[in-house]
Amino acid sequence: MKTSITLSIALIASLILGCGGKTEKKEDGFSVKRQKTEQEKEQSTIETNVVKASERVDLGNIGVGPIKSMTLDDQIDQAMADKGKEVYDRMCLACHRIGKKFIGPAPDGILDRRSPEWVMNMILNPEVMVKEDPLAKELLIEFNGSPMANQGLTEEEARAVLEYFRTL
Amino acid sequence: MRTIKNPILFILGLSLILFSCKDQNQGNNGALTSNAAERVYVAPGEHDEFYAFISGGFSGQLSVYGLPSGRLFKVIPVFSQDAEKAWGYNEETKPMLNTSHGFIPWDDSHHPDISQTNGELDGRWVFINGNNTPRIAKIDLSVFETTEIIEIPNSAGNHSSAFVTENTEYVVAGTRFSVPVPQRDMPINEYKGNFKGALTFISVDPEDGGMDIKFQLIMPGFDYDLSHPGRGKSHGWFFFTTYNTEEASTLLEVNASQNDKDFIAAVNWKKIEEYVNNGGGTMMPANYAHNVYDEETHTGSSTMKKEVRVVNPAEVPGAVFLLPTPKSPHGCDVDPTGEYIVGNGKLSADLTVHSFTKMLEAIEGEKYDGDAYGIPILNFEDVLAGTVSQPGLGPLHTEFDGNGNAYTTFFISSEVVKWKLGTWEVVDRQPCYYSVGHLMIPGGNSRKPFGKYVVAMNKITKDRYLPTGPEVTQSAQLYDISGEKMELLLDFPTVGEPHYAAGIAADIVKERSKKIFNLTENKHKYGITSDADVRVERDGNEVHIYMSMIRSHFNPDNIEGIKVGDKVYFHVTNLEQDYDVPHGVSIIGANTSELLIMPGQTETFVWEPKQPGVWPFYCTDFCSALHQEMQGYVRVSPSNSNIDLTWSLGE
Repeated sequence: MKTSITLSIALIASLILGCGGKTEKKEDGFSVKRQKTEQEKEQSTIETNVVKASERVDLGNIGVGPIKSMTLDDQIDQAMADKGKEVYDRMCLACHRIGKKFIGPAPDGILDRRSPEWVMNMILNPEVMVKEDPLAKELLIEFNGSPMANQGLTEEEARAVLEYFRTL
Repeated sequence: MRTIKNPILFILGLSLILFSCKDQNQGNNGALTSNAAERVYVAPGEHDEFYAFISGGFSGQLSVYGLPSGRLFKVIPVFSQDAEKAWGYNEETKPMLNTSHGFIPWDDSHHPDISQTNGELDGRWVFINGNNTPRIAKIDLSVFETTEIIEIPNSAGNHSSAFVTENTEYVVAGTRFSVPVPQRDMPINEYKGNFKGALTFISVDPEDGGMDIKFQLIMPGFDYDLSHPGRGKSHGWFFFTTYNTEEASTLLEVNASQNDKDFIAAVNWKKIEEYVNNGGGTMMPANYAHNVYDEETHTGSSTMKKEVRVVNPAEVPGAVFLLPTPKSPHGCDVDPTGEYIVGNGKLSADLTVHSFTKMLEAIEGEKYDGDAYGIPILNFEDVLAGTVSQPGLGPLHTEFDGNGNAYTTFFISSEVVKWKLGTWEVVDRQPCYYSVGHLMIPGGNSRKPFGKYVVAMNKITKDRYLPTGPEVTQSAQLYDISGEKMELLLDFPTVGEPHYAAGIAADIVKERSKKIFNLTENKHKYGITSDADVRVERDGNEVHIYMSMIRSHFNPDNIEGIKVGDKVYFHVTNLEQDYDVPHGVSIIGANTSELLIMPGQTETFVWEPKQPGVWPFYCTDFCSALHQEMQGYVRVSPSNSNIDLTWSLGE
């Protein structure tokens, strides 16, 4: 009996509060205070101080895949980069846009954050990368579980795309 | 707790139950061998040893099974619309079902046959006949899709089809029903002498498989039931069984069974080919559709052809002969050496086997027993190699294992009978459940059968499976024929009515099976190879959406400026280049099927919105963890509105 009284009071109180809300100007859509999410975010920042996977710099990681080591000439090979843009527009553009986060991360400046081997392996071997490379795994989660598609590029095509990335 | 009063009685009772169970099991399993399960078990992830292409009969399609497991992999749409795959629904494949009678959404598919080189299966194409509105289709085994359909003029009930010669020079289509040639308005009872039976030889381009009618042999007005090519020594000949040599047009059940013997027609096609190459035959006005699907444009086109070359057999001496064969023969089967031609006289108690060598000798000696409309009839005794005496009731069809044995189905006595070529002795018989029609040994219609299994295709299953109302499945049964005795291993349900099948070692086919369509080779008129080309264009009340799809979004996914009364074409390209990542699409109120688009492919559906509103479309084939997010909206405004045509993604 005591419990039901308490409940009734709570109910009435919430009704009153609800009525109070009505007086505010109606806005388009609705919003929910995502307090919980923010709290979680704060907590994790405090606990581990982790930079988002897409923003982290990890030049020592070569990833998992066919490319074990590679060296880039200082000079950009423009012909190769042009070919790379052509391949990129056909195979990658649907998910990766220059200068903005889209389905996946933007490719500009990627070589400031990743080794060329890692980039090549992510293009050539994405299914294994998102399972075995810790950074790629984190990226998959950061990008909402949207898988990096294997677009069947040859190593030569992937190399050209990499050269194109250097021009961005 | 109750105690057992009389232990002896109890044991007796128990043993009775046990024994009766055992009896029952034996009764149910019939000829089933004890380790059958492990012999048909293909472990998860393992591949079957053979492909079996089993015709769908009244489903109009062709199903692909694995042997020995009996697992169904795919139903290839051929002559019937298939909403699952958009076959005959999307704009690209509608032309494939065009005929001289207009768009036809159905047919009755009967006899698949696999292309050959030097008398051995090469695994490039499967040919199959449409029985009702006569057509021959070609399925390309690099994609397992129908890529060509040719209509057969002057034919009706295209049944003695679609069998290939040993270098796939020709795929042959014989008419079952004779008809006026050319078609005309005339009394039915003037059939005799006026109706004709067309046997059509369709040349096959050795490179791309392109089909073209080389000639039609205009034969007497019999029913041409089944056919098979000569091979080895008899390569260059083709054999057709006939019935209704009485030329009856009514109550054939009685009237077409009057003659003691009908015929197997032996056609020397090489001779006729030569005659035609030298300008022989005449061009007859005709009207038939030739439909070709182009893999690069991902689009079918239909061309109406206006004439066909016909040949009167009486004008090519030495090209056609009639071999008397008892009682309305059905199957017409040639052994792997090419010497024996088996006539399965379905109303006869015996199997008749003709000798190719004796046939040539009789022709050489010009020993004729009269003629039919100018076509010489040979003496039965002169061409007979032997008779399999009383092997069963209602022989229908025979195949060969390449080891000197033949296997014949008997419809009435419902069994497969194994017998020896040359000695004609029956060596084994196994029951079928029930009423078997055709049977198939992989490679059975070639010089080199893979004599390991035979598949029997049954018309009736009654109590074999869980009941599903009045309509129950038909079935296929797998027997191991590697030993002296046949062993029943498995039976499995089929799609539609399996009339015949063609089997081939999987290794010949599977390496050639494509994984994706290359985007760079996409030449679809409305295809796009990059997201940069995405756009929407208006042309009067036609709106063309050049849309892309990739895991997991459409581009564009918001479209405005569509009006009631518009005809909206969704041209959708799947930009994926990875194996097994198709996407589907449809929109609320579309009066057609979904599209199911393979990586690198473009397909089109038409939507004619009837109400203003905002209408969603979505991906219909689960594609990724974000499949449920793969959706979009089209805003439809009243027909007189002035909303600009706009499109976007992510803005």
